[in-house]
Amino acid sequence: MIAGLILAASLIALLQFFIFYCRSVIASSSTQVLSVQTRDVTGIVDARVGGDDFDRILELVQLCPERREDRLPIRFIHAYYELLNLLRLTFARMFPDVGAWTERERGGCAYFAAVTLDHRIAFSRNLMAQQMSDHF
Amino acid sequence: MIVCALAKHSLRRYLPLGLYVGVRLLKSVIGVGVLTHYGFTSKEYMYYYYYGDALLTICLYFVVLHLFLHVFDEMGAERYLRFGASLLLAGTALFSYLAVHEANNKLMTRFVAEMSQNLYFVGLVLTYVLWGAMLKLRESRTQLVQLVLSLGIHFSAFAANYAVVNLRLHAGILVYLTQLIGIWLPAAWTYTLLRTPADARLVPARLATVVTHR
Repeated sequence: MIAGLILAASLIALLQFFIFYCRSVIASSSTQVLSVQTRDVTGIVDARVGGDDFDRILELVQLCPERREDRLPIRFIHAYYELLNLLRLTFARMFPDVGAWTERERGGCAYFAAVTLDHRIAFSRNLMAQQMSDHF
Repeated sequence: MIVCALAKHSLRRYLPLGLYVGVRLLKSVIGVGVLTHYGFTSKEYMYYYYYGDALLTICLYFVVLHLFLHVFDEMGAERYLRFGASLLLAGTALFSYLAVHEANNKLMTRFVAEMSQNLYFVGLVLTYVLWGAMLKLRESRTQLVQLVLSLGIHFSAFAANYAVVNLRLHAGILVYLTQLIGIWLPAAWTYTLLRTPADARLVPARLATVVTHR
């Protein structure tokens, strides 16, 4: 009985903390400015990114050398993106406000992916420069 | 995480977090010794695993207290918080003693799983209270917000995990999930300290707002 109650309360809390955490990561990445290289690669013109671009940008992220510290947050944001897609397919049809909100959030996810790509490009460039300087 | 905190000059600010990760590392090193000496199925390894985990959870209470002190920094509530923490620790010890006292007839594995579930749930409640206080006090430090939220994910995931064990729901995915939850906290803290500038700010109330914000 107690275990059942704890399970239910923990799962509700987990979902809440998960959503808040993902939104805080997205909010902190939204203040970062993308480099010219990342803009060129992703085709992002201003800070507004369409939610549908998320998968495409994530594929570009996966082409870059992996960085251990951002592996887990990327998975979390990906899971959050899938949750938003689920909301979009279900509740958003009944409630238009939910539809607009999910679209904004999906755009935030895509911008987060672009910021991650930006970090990985900068990391790869530094790595290459370091290797070149070691070689010569 | 400790290396990142050192590199970003945050170790002093979040010392209990670094200490917790250090203790966790020590526990893992001891674990390798116990595992090679006694084996995976031994009673010794089981004692080490569950009681080590319970001790780590109590260490994590000190991390929560430290984060409480950060949030209530300007209110001068340090004395009350220390009193509250002492009360909580005494309460947890008493509860654990009563549980041990009552567990004479129970299977050892069942007792430790129940105790761990309760300890994690207390941690979850504390983190929830802390998050509520942060929303109420409009705490805007992004690093602090992310550290508290990652702690909330850790506590709630483990409490749910142990509750599933206690309910004897046979979920094969749990084995993999436990590993994922286990690496979550150090990974999330490392990410926060590395990626989020110490002076970054956000409005926590906006994180809790859905739809109405346009």
